[in-house]
Amino acid sequence: MAVKKRKISLFDILNVTGFTLFSIIVLYPFWQTVVLSFSDAESASSLGINLWPDKWIPDAYTFVFSYQNIMVAYLNTIIRTVVGTVLIVSFTVLAAYPLSKKDLPYRNFFTIFFLIAMFFSGGMIPEFLLIKNLGLIDSRFALILPSAVNVFFIIIMRNYFMTIDKGLEESAIVDGANYFQILTKIIIPISKPVIATVALWAAVYHWNEWFHALIYIQDDSLDVLQTVVRDMLVAMDLTQANSQMGGGGSSNSDLLLSNVRAATVIISIGPIVLIYPFVQKYFVKGIMIGSLKG
Amino acid sequence: MQTVIERAVESKPKRKENINWVRMKKMKMLYFMMAIPMVMLFIFHYIPMYGILIAFKNFSPGLGIWDSPWNNFEHFKRLFSDFLFIRALQNTIVISLLKLIIVFPAPIIFAILLNEIKSEKFKKVSQSISYLPHFMSWVILSAMVIEVFSPQRGIINYVITFFGGEAINFMSDKGSFIPILILTDMWKELGWGAIIYLATITSIDPQLYEAAEIDGAGRFRKMIHVTLPSIMPMVIIMFILRLGAVLNAGFDQILNLYNPLVYEVADIIDTYVYRSGLEQFQFDYATAVGLFKNVIGIALILTANAIIRRKSEHGIW
Repeated sequence: MAVKKRKISLFDILNVTGFTLFSIIVLYPFWQTVVLSFSDAESASSLGINLWPDKWIPDAYTFVFSYQNIMVAYLNTIIRTVVGTVLIVSFTVLAAYPLSKKDLPYRNFFTIFFLIAMFFSGGMIPEFLLIKNLGLIDSRFALILPSAVNVFFIIIMRNYFMTIDKGLEESAIVDGANYFQILTKIIIPISKPVIATVALWAAVYHWNEWFHALIYIQDDSLDVLQTVVRDMLVAMDLTQANSQMGGGGSSNSDLLLSNVRAATVIISIGPIVLIYPFVQKYFVKGIMIGSLKG
Repeated sequence: MQTVIERAVESKPKRKENINWVRMKKMKMLYFMMAIPMVMLFIFHYIPMYGILIAFKNFSPGLGIWDSPWNNFEHFKRLFSDFLFIRALQNTIVISLLKLIIVFPAPIIFAILLNEIKSEKFKKVSQSISYLPHFMSWVILSAMVIEVFSPQRGIINYVITFFGGEAINFMSDKGSFIPILILTDMWKELGWGAIIYLATITSIDPQLYEAAEIDGAGRFRKMIHVTLPSIMPMVIIMFILRLGAVLNAGFDQILNLYNPLVYEVADIIDTYVYRSGLEQFQFDYATAVGLFKNVIGIALILTANAIIRRKSEHGIW
């Protein structure tokens, strides 16, 4: 294609300005949270654009890091994310591989068994009653098990497995390998991109999940970061938040609830924002794989 | 004659069954692999479906689901005389339709305009920034939204008071709450929603643009006559899928942003199920409300899928 010399038109200038403004609007709430987290009650009380703190005051972070419940919640979030992700990825692979075999007898029946769960569900209350009857209230299992089988991921991975060259497997079968060996030695190594995508999705899901933690967990020692932030959303001030979160924080009259909440938000999203530039392309790849129907 | 047919009908499945049996034995390891996920799915998805029965019963936890007495559809009769439910149903439809009209076209416009940016780097950075909020939960985003609209610290009230106005408590104002829902929904999902359209745009044959240029089309004509028609099939599919989910007005978003002062405009079916079921412990009634929503929701989704399937047969793809 011939490269044409294009002059920069008014439209280009407006377009670039528009997208720059849009980016600023998207990022502003994040930046305001950073500023607020480095402010104290006095500077946070003055109405302003809050582009830069009057002084960088680390008090809110000192408070958060010395607050035992928040640190326990951080650890709980990490635990559920790691264990939950491993479970989701394992179950996804275990279900997707057999379903990808076109010659598996009664494959349609099994596929439908999984698909039904994507369209029909018992709903909020019956699910709650099940967890309650299983005695899983105030148990880490309540956060991990109900979401361990994700049908959408299974379909994405099954579609990917179906594109793998059959010849590879057939020669392994001739060599006397069983299906489990084929899965671990051949299929998984060449499916790393899709497994990485599913693992990232699963990790973000567990890191952000708050509703199950809200309804299944009452014990403060099992709380996750998301519910800690939610307690602070519902509370009127720091003292009330403190008692809702089970106490344990030193009283600090120089800080507002907003400062502490902002600091907690920042440490909660920290890991996501830090890895975001490196992994976002996998997320995008994920939707592309998902939207290609197999 | 008849016997031949009978024989054919009889013998075929038999042979198939035999072959299946041999193959199943050979492939039994695959069934074992699936077994664990299937058991998990059965426990955590299928058993709650059985729990829906309590929508038709006077549920008492002591008796359990099976032994609780049937109540002759009392909950469903109550539904239509329950002012709070009717309000929630109305709010769900209003919020959802407003989001559909305002939020749905935004990513399409975003994608078409971003495609016109010449610098690849600028394009990439803008896009990466645009979908950052998608990766945050509504708990986190609500903590940010509340500060942006705060009467004490928010930038919007700063501007209002700067020009001599009175600070508004946006989050508890019935008039401003729904616009906030729409704006913040757009903030979270606009960039993410644009990905699919941008991918479709990159797959457009460049010859189409060249042909349009030869015909003397300028940039806007090319956007309207080449880019837009090329992504239209995808737009239609996304629109139908969105219609199928019209009863989901945004549970996560609303549960984290609303408060009793705005229930009148913000309480949707899902939040009503949550409050009546898990805060007031009317398990059976809340299940009935949820079931009502799910049945209509499934009908909508299945219809949407059927329409897409028929459309794509007729050459949308």
